[in-house]
Amino acid sequence: MLGLLLLAVLLALSAYVAEVRPLVLAANIGKFTAYIQQIIPVLRPDHFRADWAEWYWGLPKWLSLLGETLMMAYLGTLLGALGGFVLCFAAAGNLVKSVAIRFAAKRFLEICRTVPEIVFALIFVIAFGLGPMVGVLALAIHTAGALGKLFSEVVENIDGKPVEGLTASGASWVETVRFAVLPQVLSNFVSYALLRFEINVRGAGVMGFVGAGGIGQELLVAIRNFYYSDVSAILLMIVLTVFAIDLGTEKLRHRLIGGEGAR
Amino acid sequence: MSASRHDSRPRPASLREAALAEREALRARYPKQFRTDWAGRLRGIAVLATAVGLAAYGMWALDFSLLRIVHGLGRLFGFAVEMLPPSAGGRFGVFLRALAETLGIAFLGTLTAALFAFPVAFLAARNVVPNPFARFAVRRGLDVMRSVDVLIWALIWINVVGLGPFAGALAIACSDFGAFGKLFSEAIETGDRRPAEGVVASGGSGLHRIRFGLIPGVLPVLASQVLYVFESNTRSATIIGIVGAGGIGQYLTELIRVLELQQVAFLVLMILVTVAMIDGVSGRLRRAIIGGAAR
Repeated sequence: MLGLLLLAVLLALSAYVAEVRPLVLAANIGKFTAYIQQIIPVLRPDHFRADWAEWYWGLPKWLSLLGETLMMAYLGTLLGALGGFVLCFAAAGNLVKSVAIRFAAKRFLEICRTVPEIVFALIFVIAFGLGPMVGVLALAIHTAGALGKLFSEVVENIDGKPVEGLTASGASWVETVRFAVLPQVLSNFVSYALLRFEINVRGAGVMGFVGAGGIGQELLVAIRNFYYSDVSAILLMIVLTVFAIDLGTEKLRHRLIGGEGAR
Repeated sequence: MSASRHDSRPRPASLREAALAEREALRARYPKQFRTDWAGRLRGIAVLATAVGLAAYGMWALDFSLLRIVHGLGRLFGFAVEMLPPSAGGRFGVFLRALAETLGIAFLGTLTAALFAFPVAFLAARNVVPNPFARFAVRRGLDVMRSVDVLIWALIWINVVGLGPFAGALAIACSDFGAFGKLFSEAIETGDRRPAEGVVASGGSGLHRIRFGLIPGVLPVLASQVLYVFESNTRSATIIGIVGAGGIGQYLTELIRVLELQQVAFLVLMILVTVAMIDGVSGRLRRAIIGGAAR
């Protein structure tokens, strides 16, 4: 009962600060449906080829931008995963005894993770200039923070016996990580990185909003200037790409994790 | 090493040396373990080479230049120096109000999305809707909502309700509707089957089965997922202002553009503290809910 009351109060408060205007929504909901109707292209069966060509008039340009977006996501994930990989061992409680190193690594990962990638992109665009490189760097930093945390949790949950075994036989810290920790965690790491790649494809799609490359810029221009059929054309391309990536990475992840379970 | 006294053979200095001394015998005894796995090694190298090659091509295609990176890093370092000390520039009240707006957007968006996704998720769950075609349609619909980024939703809603936080809340509600639909339906599918079977066995109808057999079991899981998504939404709500949909992102964008870096640093600190606080509270709540379910 008390919980419900609290929820209601919070709800009312947020509705007040977020300037919720149900009447405006009700009055303008027609605009939303009209918008959806407008962005749906005209495709007549008897002029299908011509209509299609008109709808996707910018296909070569959009495809190359889409390729750029995917490449940004790939590089961002790869570089970010490398960064997270290096830092996760320093942040893991069972490998690093020094509280200071662990604390520093954890806080650094937290900052990288909490500041959204698009904010990094905003700052980097000023420092590095416009272009997809900025998007990659922004994605990479955010990814390093997110993956570093997940990786270090994986490392903290490993079986401690191989580590003790290697320590007992006089292996150095790096050797311990390589031969006792890595074999246990690698498939989980790759699985998390693939998951992050999915997220980064979406993230790379909007990097163009702040001038950091990819297809986002075209979409922003199309939405702002009311090029209705372009909006649906680009959105459809993005949605299909995200679908394909989701399916592909899911298959790969099941194989990785499934192989782990079977052994 | 007192045990070696009972041993007649000379005791090697360490385990490692013992293993090395016996290596030939071991190799003879376990040929399988000592065989080099050429196929596996080759596969590993091939995967690695592809990954690195693709990355190199990508860097070339995206105009990576060491010169630009070095220059940029220099400027970034300059920015970092200019950020110190973080200061609100006398606009603390304004920032606080914007932060409250951000939290309001996140809270409202998450709750709306959860409320709307709750009934739809049952339609996407295998143990509620056995018809694969209906399920497939609902799922793909949810996927479409989910794969459109929250910033794009915000741009669309701005066209409908105008600039401001309301558009932001609607945008978060839309993109999370898809996410919740997927999460909820997975939770419903993996829930315990037995209560539902019990309800059916004692003569309950299809709706009874859902209401008394499925919902009580999955509700705590769903509640914890809502809290989890709320945590992540406080982060997305901070950026939604970039396209003009309210919240602290509006100030962040503006201040970054005019290089008021001390205030930027202050805003980022405010966001970090708020997000950490929300994470703490909601993490505690989640543990309480899930713990309660286990009991």
